[in-house]
Amino acid sequence: MDLRLENIGHSYGSIEVMEGINLDIPAGKIVCIVGPSGCGKSTLLRLIGGLEEPTIGRVLQVGEPPSDSLNPLTYIFQDFALLPWRTVENNISLILKDYGLSDVEAEAIISDVLSRTKLTDFRKALPKQLSGGMKQRVAISRALAVNPAVMLMDEPLSALDSQTRELLIDDLINLWKRKPFTAIYVTHNLNEAVRLGHSIVVLSRRPGKIREIIEIVKPLAERGLGDADLDAKQKHLWNLMREEAMAADQELIDV
Amino acid sequence: MSDAKQQTARTVEFRGGGFTPQSKRWIGLVTFIVLIIGVEIGTRMGFISNLTVPRPSDVFATFVELWNSGLLWKHLLPSVIRLVIGASIGASFGICVGVMIGLFSLVRAGLVPLVAAIFPIPKIALLPLFVIWFGIDEMSKYALIAFGTFTPTVVATYGAVDNVDRSLIRMGQSFSLSWSTIVSKIVLPGAMPGILSGLRISLAIAIILLVAAEMLGAEYGIGAYILEAGSLYDLERLFVGVVILSIMGVCVSALISIVEKRLLMWRI
Repeated sequence: MDLRLENIGHSYGSIEVMEGINLDIPAGKIVCIVGPSGCGKSTLLRLIGGLEEPTIGRVLQVGEPPSDSLNPLTYIFQDFALLPWRTVENNISLILKDYGLSDVEAEAIISDVLSRTKLTDFRKALPKQLSGGMKQRVAISRALAVNPAVMLMDEPLSALDSQTRELLIDDLINLWKRKPFTAIYVTHNLNEAVRLGHSIVVLSRRPGKIREIIEIVKPLAERGLGDADLDAKQKHLWNLMREEAMAADQELIDV
Repeated sequence: MSDAKQQTARTVEFRGGGFTPQSKRWIGLVTFIVLIIGVEIGTRMGFISNLTVPRPSDVFATFVELWNSGLLWKHLLPSVIRLVIGASIGASFGICVGVMIGLFSLVRAGLVPLVAAIFPIPKIALLPLFVIWFGIDEMSKYALIAFGTFTPTVVATYGAVDNVDRSLIRMGQSFSLSWSTIVSKIVLPGAMPGILSGLRISLAIAIILLVAAEMLGAEYGIGAYILEAGSLYDLERLFVGVVILSIMGVCVSALISIVEKRLLMWRI
């Protein structure tokens, strides 16, 4: 299933946060969205997944999602959004039970996703016992459990320290290698974008428009920390954004 | 002492610490004991007159007497039953209404002003009204206690529902969970800490109203016992009644602590 954004525009009251966004998200690719703070990256993601309605334009699902996909558009949030009163496995089973899966079916899925995210030993743990990186792994496994057609990732690694972030980038790459998934990955971290994105969409400052789309052909598996060609791309991205990031930084917040 | 020496070695003074509540179990008990011993010594030495405060040992003797005569249970049992029935009616209605207010804007707009209007009314003032509505026997007592517990429970509950982390609700919606699952599995557990701490206050109010209700037309009950002692200026018995009420309060609070420990294990 592909996603297509048609002329998306959105405003809060009289403030226009984005306009004229046209974008295709092809199946099996990771599309990163970067931009200066306040450009509406996260808003765009909420529009794509139906948590908010665009003022104009529409989001189209092109083709049918796989028949075994329980929740075609699934989010991964920056703050993990785990229920603190439920153990790791119960955080996942809550969702599977709501889709009417039997205990046996749910158990099979939970074991599978926990092993894919290396969490098997932690299935009885409460969120408060886990580190930030582990919490986000739980959230990722919860998202994988509903077999999404597209993963909508809202700064998933931004709440983590840089070492944990590096580990999770590797995990995400490994997950993608085993079973390519489609994802829209919103981040302000340009390094994450060049490591994980098949294409990188650069948004301009408010009202957010697409400034440039950069393709990176190098396969995910071959990308590493400090690769010269990736660094060049990252530098290019930064040059694109620098002025606007500075302007955005000096803006008074009134949204 | 040269300046050079002073410069080389001085421990940095500790100035952190404090402001972190620690559990020191026995201090609470010690406060009571010190206070009681103080009063006992004072009354025996004579610088506290027997008319101001009765001697603690006399109060204790009266309590033992009450116990031995079997009257303690005769007074305590109906009181506890009234408290349990009245408070459970009030608290369960209060939680239901509070959750409704938290969930539905229409209910909120309609009921919040009403609750605000009822809250400050001293429920004791309404006792004659309850007697007319429900009769002089048990029903009017249940009604008074239930009504008194209801309002603070409502306020605590809708506050707690409002405070549930919206990002968790958003998460539920993003997985297309049904409305009932979001309410029962996300909103209610998330509101539980607030509801329980609200119950602490509501139940203390229930004990106060229990006594008020029993002062009007009850043969047995702690309130009736206190009223009788008060009208005879029997300070020892009055104090026995008051101590029993305090103990009830401590028991209720301990009960809630146990429930909290069970239900809120997940809290940091």
